[in-house]
Amino acid sequence: MNKARKKSNGQAGKASAKAANKATDRITITIDGESIDTEPGRNLVQVANENGIFIPSLCYFEDIEPPLGTCRVCSCKIDGVAGPACTETVRDGMVVEAITDELTNARKAIVEMMFSEGNHFCPGCQKSGDCDLQHMGYEMGLTQSRFPHVFKDRLIDFNPSRMIMEHNRCIKCLRCVKEVFTDEGKAVFSFRHRGNETRVGIDYDEEAKLSDQQAIDAMHLCPTGAIIVRGELHARPFGVRRFDMESMQKKEPAEDLKIVLPKEKKTIATISLAGCFGCHMSLLDIDLKLIDLVEIVELNKSPLNDIKEFTKHCDIGLIEGGCCNAENVEVLREFRRKCDVLVAFGECAIWGGLPAMRNTIPLSECLEEAYLNCISSMDDEWAVPYHEDLPKILDKVYACSEIVDIDYFIPGCPPDANHIWKSILSLLSGQELSVLYSEFKYD
Amino acid sequence: MNNKKTPKSGSPKSDLILDRTELLAYFWKVQNTQGYIRSEDIVACSRALDISYIEVEGVVSFYHFFTRQPTGEFTIYLNRSIVSECKGYERVKEAFEMATGATMGGVDPSGQFGLFKTACIGLSDLEPAALINFFPFTNLNSLKVKEIVARLKQGASPADICDTVPDHIRSVPEEDKVMLMRDYDPGLAVAPLKEHSPESVIEEIKKSGLRGMGGAYFPAGLKWEFCRKEAANPKYIVCNADEGEPGTFKDRVLMNSIPGLLLEGMTVAGYAVGATEGIIYLRAEYSWMKDKLQHTIEHFRKMHLLGNDICGIEGFNFDIRMELGAGAYVCGEETALLNSLEGKRGEPRNKRFFPTQRGYLLQPTVVNNVETFCAAARIMQLGADHYLQTGTPASPGTKLLSVSGDCRLPGIYEIEWGTTVAEVLEKCDADRPHFIQVSGPSGECISMDEADRAIALDDLPCGGSFMIFNRQRDILEILRNYTNFFKHESCGLCTPCRAGNFIIEKKLDLFAAHLARQSDVEEVRSWGEIMKLTCRCGLGKTAPNALLTAQAKFPEYFESIVNQNPERLSKGFSLEDAVREYDRFSS
Repeated sequence: MNKARKKSNGQAGKASAKAANKATDRITITIDGESIDTEPGRNLVQVANENGIFIPSLCYFEDIEPPLGTCRVCSCKIDGVAGPACTETVRDGMVVEAITDELTNARKAIVEMMFSEGNHFCPGCQKSGDCDLQHMGYEMGLTQSRFPHVFKDRLIDFNPSRMIMEHNRCIKCLRCVKEVFTDEGKAVFSFRHRGNETRVGIDYDEEAKLSDQQAIDAMHLCPTGAIIVRGELHARPFGVRRFDMESMQKKEPAEDLKIVLPKEKKTIATISLAGCFGCHMSLLDIDLKLIDLVEIVELNKSPLNDIKEFTKHCDIGLIEGGCCNAENVEVLREFRRKCDVLVAFGECAIWGGLPAMRNTIPLSECLEEAYLNCISSMDDEWAVPYHEDLPKILDKVYACSEIVDIDYFIPGCPPDANHIWKSILSLLSGQELSVLYSEFKYD
Repeated sequence: MNNKKTPKSGSPKSDLILDRTELLAYFWKVQNTQGYIRSEDIVACSRALDISYIEVEGVVSFYHFFTRQPTGEFTIYLNRSIVSECKGYERVKEAFEMATGATMGGVDPSGQFGLFKTACIGLSDLEPAALINFFPFTNLNSLKVKEIVARLKQGASPADICDTVPDHIRSVPEEDKVMLMRDYDPGLAVAPLKEHSPESVIEEIKKSGLRGMGGAYFPAGLKWEFCRKEAANPKYIVCNADEGEPGTFKDRVLMNSIPGLLLEGMTVAGYAVGATEGIIYLRAEYSWMKDKLQHTIEHFRKMHLLGNDICGIEGFNFDIRMELGAGAYVCGEETALLNSLEGKRGEPRNKRFFPTQRGYLLQPTVVNNVETFCAAARIMQLGADHYLQTGTPASPGTKLLSVSGDCRLPGIYEIEWGTTVAEVLEKCDADRPHFIQVSGPSGECISMDEADRAIALDDLPCGGSFMIFNRQRDILEILRNYTNFFKHESCGLCTPCRAGNFIIEKKLDLFAAHLARQSDVEEVRSWGEIMKLTCRCGLGKTAPNALLTAQAKFPEYFESIVNQNPERLSKGFSLEDAVREYDRFSS
């Protein structure tokens, strides 16, 4: 960004002057009881993060002044009053509460709201792995949203000559509105409408006046994949993307590999509802641990052994996929009856996943498009399949937790094999196995 | 989608000369003459201001009364507040649809009538009520609607056939304790300024303990003092006449019955802080009062109560102008209001500076509401000592309540602070009161167990709205109406308010479909708490108040509407409902 460059140049010039004042210019603030010595006038989020206290933030972007304070993810209590940390500059004697149950829960809820409010299909997004929203989900260990997904239809704007505005992914952080201007100083983006109808609008004429580099900068400024420049892909291999491997928080302890396998065999059932069996494939990816698995579990109803009906009550049920038809609902309810613990594994089971892409479109339109406005194999006959032997299609794809109580959630599309293995093992043995940051993914 | 067609020919400079602060006024002119705003108008405006199209479009689309589609020769805005719903909104809506041929939210095929719903229009004592071309039509019923539409079709103009809005001042305190609603003669408050220095005016207001009556209760004298102490000039006095809290209409009555008092209160403030310009930000729903206010301003100028050397005080120059809002509840928030005055989206600002430091055009500004200025005028007229003799020690003075809902005498009640809820209910002849919403949807609800509570800052503060509901009203319907209101009125800037109100509304739908469980009650409560903790401005922080207080005070009601014997197998899901669309489409 131009601004950033300017700033760093300016800072170099001032460095000597700053150093002279340094001894007298120190202040002390308190975060969660810990005294922190710092310079006055700096941003609270930065000061906290530098001192090992991670305050999650999303709309906050170092070079935007004044800070936006729109997303509220960095909400803390500052001198007893709740408010965002990003809009605060540190001052002497400031007392901050950052990591309390109430605040951590509220911050998590706000990120969950963003996932529920938008249509965030991580596996299909160019920005996956480099997305700030996804990153916050990882840092907070967000497995599912407590809020129902609203699946509002949001259009994708292909009109600009270079950019694509993907409204499904926009979290309305205001960064682009406040920061992207043409050389003539005209705004390229603006909020339009209000309330839950608020969208970021893009000015086609002004967008065309941006240089290629300015357009790419705007794409990088966007915390999610809402601003895309045609032909400029983010695609980088898995594992080398910005947020794939390491947490911004304190380093994770070395993995404890001493796993004690339970002696008693437990019974597990698995099923794939409206899923692609990818989660089951990922389960098989635990490789040699499969041998351990067969030692400690007995599989009942499951596509892995092709047992079609429950033969006994099970300890654990693993559910892949959400519910898109009446049969899914029946099977899911049967699992709830027959299993003590139900685990939703994979994004589809957790909130609908890729099949839920149809949720923003009325069912009748989907059926028309699929069965009536198509080439038919029957001679000039078009019909929507409807028969007593066929399961009825639901008005939308439902998350399993919308229909029955689900006890645990393993995110991912598909979930990492180790994530599945550790979660199941924890359930079976009662020991708490920590899932590594690098194993916790939404794509 | 903004499918604009920018004309490529022609000079980029526009003939239109415009200042950004005139943006709302410009689009009002366009809206009123054309019936809607075309892309060309936005292009013209963006060229005149030399800003991008999208920035102007962003402002236009923010305001409810600026429309991008024709709204008919006669534009009907029917109030859909909860009081209107209780008094027969549904029937009136159907009557309008039948008579005009327009369906709610659209225009009839001939383009003559447009029918739209809108949030509270400040006529809660006269519900159901509607604005037709922004002229008030009150106490509507099917017959009256038929007649109105017939006359409009015959060529009558809404201005000629609209209703005269009564003031309904039902009760005032005994003789000497009446503050606001006593007799008024122009100059009563401004004349005493001759004996006061600006500092002593501020002292007098501080002594009286007057607080902002809009609901934040910030000490008015202190606010004025802050503004006076700022070095920057010019300074501004802004009157918040954007009374949008559903159920409130006290400012309407003040401006309609004694408009001069407001002007004097603003003049007093101008004198105290050293401002020369006052602006009244009048909500669009009250534009039928605009002419009256304008006449009063002109009359005041003639009487030397506005203008130069007011009342013969040399060098005391102060004048007042009016700006019209365009339909946004959030503009009642003072920093959002300032943005709106500046021709921007009505989004609340970051709280880095008080408006007294950087307000209108970043200059020191006092923002108070109508009632506060009126009270300040009375304090200058009667003296702070007189004011202190009324009310309670913690909240001296009087308060205007706008009483509406299930009572025989809805209207304005001037009460001394400290009056109990029971006394108000008796005065207005309430009909089997059960659920009382104090201070509007953003306030709190109380049950009859609390009828002895005193309306006072240290017990039950009240911003002005006082809605009474009897046992026949369904609490859930009241709460859904409120949540829907906040969903539409949220500015959309911060996540917990934009998404929170939307999500809570969805959850309340689950209650309405009898699919909720006890755990849903707990869940929705905790969501409300999160909104209170994290929202950016007062709108979001107070939006869940009604829901939270209703849950605390009517637990038995919530028990009665949730499924007490839930199975783990059926959460809020009905298979029957879920397959209905498929059945209907396929069979």
